[in-house]
Amino acid sequence: MPPITRLFVKTSLLYLVAAFGAGVLLALRPLLPLPAFVAGLSPVYFHLFMVGWVMQIIVGVAYWMFPKWSKLLPRGHDGLALATYALLNVGLLLRVIAEPAQTVSAWPGWGWLIVLAATLQWLAGLAFIANTWPRVKEK
Amino acid sequence: MPRLSAWFVRTALLYLGLGFTFGGLLLANKGVPLHPLTWRLLPAHIEFLLFGWTLQLVFGVAFWILPRWQTQRGDVRPAWVALLLVNTGIWLVVLTAWLNWPAWVLPGGRLLEAAAVIAFAVHAWPRIKPWMETTD
Repeated sequence: MPPITRLFVKTSLLYLVAAFGAGVLLALRPLLPLPAFVAGLSPVYFHLFMVGWVMQIIVGVAYWMFPKWSKLLPRGHDGLALATYALLNVGLLLRVIAEPAQTVSAWPGWGWLIVLAATLQWLAGLAFIANTWPRVKEK
Repeated sequence: MPRLSAWFVRTALLYLGLGFTFGGLLLANKGVPLHPLTWRLLPAHIEFLLFGWTLQLVFGVAFWILPRWQTQRGDVRPAWVALLLVNTGIWLVVLTAWLNWPAWVLPGGRLLEAAAVIAFAVHAWPRIKPWMETTD
């Protein structure tokens, strides 16, 4: 398994654990006096699963298993794959912090951090598509 | 990868692009409100990423890597039908939400998606077998 795939898959497993952690917090909310930001965790919980775990494990395995592009660049541009990793994770982590924070704080900066999180994750999707599209070829 | 897998995966990548674009707009709209109509992208965001991206990627990769009979993948027609049905279903569901089409179109779209899953299962079921089996 290539190092970039290991990076994606191990990170995806950490998000899976984090997603279940967020799920536990949400389930405890009616029972315990938890901090107010926990109320804003619902969308974060779902996206930790779908972006942090599912999307990331797909990206990692696709990078590893999809047909080779060329002898020179068998898995496409590694720079794009690493950019996908950085953009996706910085974007998702920003969302994890800023979205619940916005529900309990009036600081306008949280809103702009959410916009930044959205932009980074969108760019990650584009980088993944750009690097994967040429490898989807008939044999 | 076989032609049908390439179709499934390329289509899935297009939906990923659309789904991430809509998701990005929805998330940005939470941070800094863009337009009240932005929220109307939510059903398409969900539909494109769950069924357009994830489901079709799974179908495409499954068609490619499930065990074969020597070089043959069995009856591939139901799998092609699944490609057609799932995409028609996705757009019926999304356009019903956007264009206020009659209410019966939504379950119609869902029915096509369900039929796509059944068609793909009809194709894939006999291929779920030991790798080393060479005759059937």
